[in-house]
Amino acid sequence: MKFAILVNEGPYTHEASDTAYQFAKAVLAKGHEIFRIFFYHDGVNNATRLTTPPQDDRNIVSRWSKLAEEHKIDLVVCVAAAQRRGIVDEGEMKRNGKDATNLAPGFRISGLGQLIEAGIQCDRLVVFGD
Amino acid sequence: MSVKKFMFVNRKAPYGTIYAWEALEVVLIAAAFEQDVSLAFLDDGVFQLKKGHNTKGIDTKAFEKTWGALEDYDITKLYVAAESLAERGLTADDLAVPVEVLSRSEIGKLMEEQDVILSF
Repeated sequence: MKFAILVNEGPYTHEASDTAYQFAKAVLAKGHEIFRIFFYHDGVNNATRLTTPPQDDRNIVSRWSKLAEEHKIDLVVCVAAAQRRGIVDEGEMKRNGKDATNLAPGFRISGLGQLIEAGIQCDRLVVFGD
Repeated sequence: MSVKKFMFVNRKAPYGTIYAWEALEVVLIAAAFEQDVSLAFLDDGVFQLKKGHNTKGIDTKAFEKTWGALEDYDITKLYVAAESLAERGLTADDLAVPVEVLSRSEIGKLMEEQDVILSF
């Protein structure tokens, strides 16, 4: 089965992104496909490479990056939500006159159309949020 | 492109969190993709539709004008949970746009017919 996942909450404050990650791992372990994981609302904060949790805690951001690298998963951050919350890649930095980038490896910034397309293309779109 | 039935489930109050506002942004994109879009309002989500919002004091954009724009996108299927209205002392007359008031179980049946449900 082809899955898409929507993550609507940021890391650490809310368990939704942890649960989404565990769900993604389970989906892959069962041999299903993940077409895309889309990050919206505060979920875009899953994509900042500047996250530095205590050493004995999980690193939610690098965990996503590793998942993307190992399984070639498309991690997409909503551009409008990212702009509001200061998640920046090279293109956004130039476009909006910012002095830094913070998008973690494996993520890309794109529009909400990518979420709707995932809904159209996939057998299931599973939402993790509040 | 294939057309799927997308239902957006709005459960949160219009202000206090950004969920309602950003949900609306997704709704408009789904409509731009010419999908079969419907909106369900449950729980505090019914407050999103209430007439007469005045947000000057909290320096945020008000919703009321935006609901009028839904029709321009051919979004006309707005379902509101009767129980959620009643629990909050509201009736359909308090709402800014025409809606279909349904029981929770009727909305549940509509959910079963959907291809994609996005809950905010």
